[in-house]
Amino acid sequence: MANYHFNFAIVWRYAGKLFDGLWLSLELAAASIAIGMAIGLVLALISLDGPKWARPLIAAYVEFVRNVPLLLLVYLVFYGIPSAVDLQYDAVTSFVATLSIYSGAYLVEVMRAGLEAVPRGLIEAGKAIGLTPMKVLWHVRLPTAMRIALPSLSNTYVSLFKDTSIASAIAVPELAYGMRWIETQTFRTVEVYLLATPIYLITSYAILLLLRLAERRYSIAR
Amino acid sequence: MATLIQTLPFLVDGLLTTLLVSACVIALSLIVGLPLGCVLAFGPLWARAPIRLYADFVRGVPILVLLYFVYYGLPAIKLNLPSLLAAIVALTAFKSAQIIEITRGSFQSIPTGQTEAAKAIGLTLFDRFTHVLAPQAVRRFLPPFVNSVVDTVKGSSLVSLLGIVDLMLSLQQVIGRTHVALPLYLIGALMYFAINFPLSALSRRLEKRFV
Repeated sequence: MANYHFNFAIVWRYAGKLFDGLWLSLELAAASIAIGMAIGLVLALISLDGPKWARPLIAAYVEFVRNVPLLLLVYLVFYGIPSAVDLQYDAVTSFVATLSIYSGAYLVEVMRAGLEAVPRGLIEAGKAIGLTPMKVLWHVRLPTAMRIALPSLSNTYVSLFKDTSIASAIAVPELAYGMRWIETQTFRTVEVYLLATPIYLITSYAILLLLRLAERRYSIAR
Repeated sequence: MATLIQTLPFLVDGLLTTLLVSACVIALSLIVGLPLGCVLAFGPLWARAPIRLYADFVRGVPILVLLYFVYYGLPAIKLNLPSLLAAIVALTAFKSAQIIEITRGSFQSIPTGQTEAAKAIGLTLFDRFTHVLAPQAVRRFLPPFVNSVVDTVKGSSLVSLLGIVDLMLSLQQVIGRTHVALPLYLIGALMYFAINFPLSALSRRLEKRFV
């Protein structure tokens, strides 16, 4: 350690790659969370209110995705599917699709727990003042369920942001990829990690902090 | 079909490496995480602060970055670990942070009335721990712990990116040779599923029973 000579100047010259990478990581996470939330919400509603035969199908999806490594799913979608069917897509699309499917499986459970925890009295009160089932869903069940689910959602969101690092395995130029790229270009290993690790840390905790603030404002104690 | 059967022994070799890595990581994380978690729950502030810092640091960084850091980063300061050891060290660093949190949570969720009652009937510190706190903590510890074993097996697939021939990399190698991608990925997925699904189911049953 004593003999290591720091040279941040050369790493700093490439720092743009890290910040571009961070921005792409955030975009990947945001897109996947948005699609994953839609999947989670729809499937949670179907498994609660929908036909009985749909329930085992949703359970199969959730169990399969949750018990298989994300890296394998990423390869399966990026290399496996195009090899079997005539479909072309780039690495970014492929990763967003994979992470959406992955996050959906986790968010179904979170949203179902949230929806189940909505007090019956609220729903009955909604019916009593003459709201249609659709309006009860939109104005009563969803807002309440979201507020109940917020604490569990925050943790899922942060871990999904960290999961975007796996996109580097299929050469999506996000933060972890930029980090490895600079390292192989400059061989300034320690400097790269000293720069990239705080970027991840600060971003993870910034996301967590923002969500905790939202929780304090909106969350409902159960 | 014949080629698929031919590749099976190779995949099973990879699977064994996956299981070996996971088992080492779980065992080492328990050794590191359980005592540190107890300190975090009961210890004095000066002992809690560094543990809290460590756990929060590790949980804010992706596992992949930790793996790269140990394998590619540490050699720069003359700490050269072979890939398998580097992988186990990095995954253990991550997993023990989780075990610390689970342990702390299991103890802190026990109502303080339990400790007070144990003190009131005159139990010593040691007896309070072994007869009152520990048995209750174990029940709260097990469901999230088994879940985190599932995460370990899943996370161990990342060691393939360091060139360790686990199930994930052996799949990639077989696909590189046979060009049969989709069926092999699905077989691999089923192998992971076969290990993890029973564990997930166990975790849910434990949760229903204990919590």
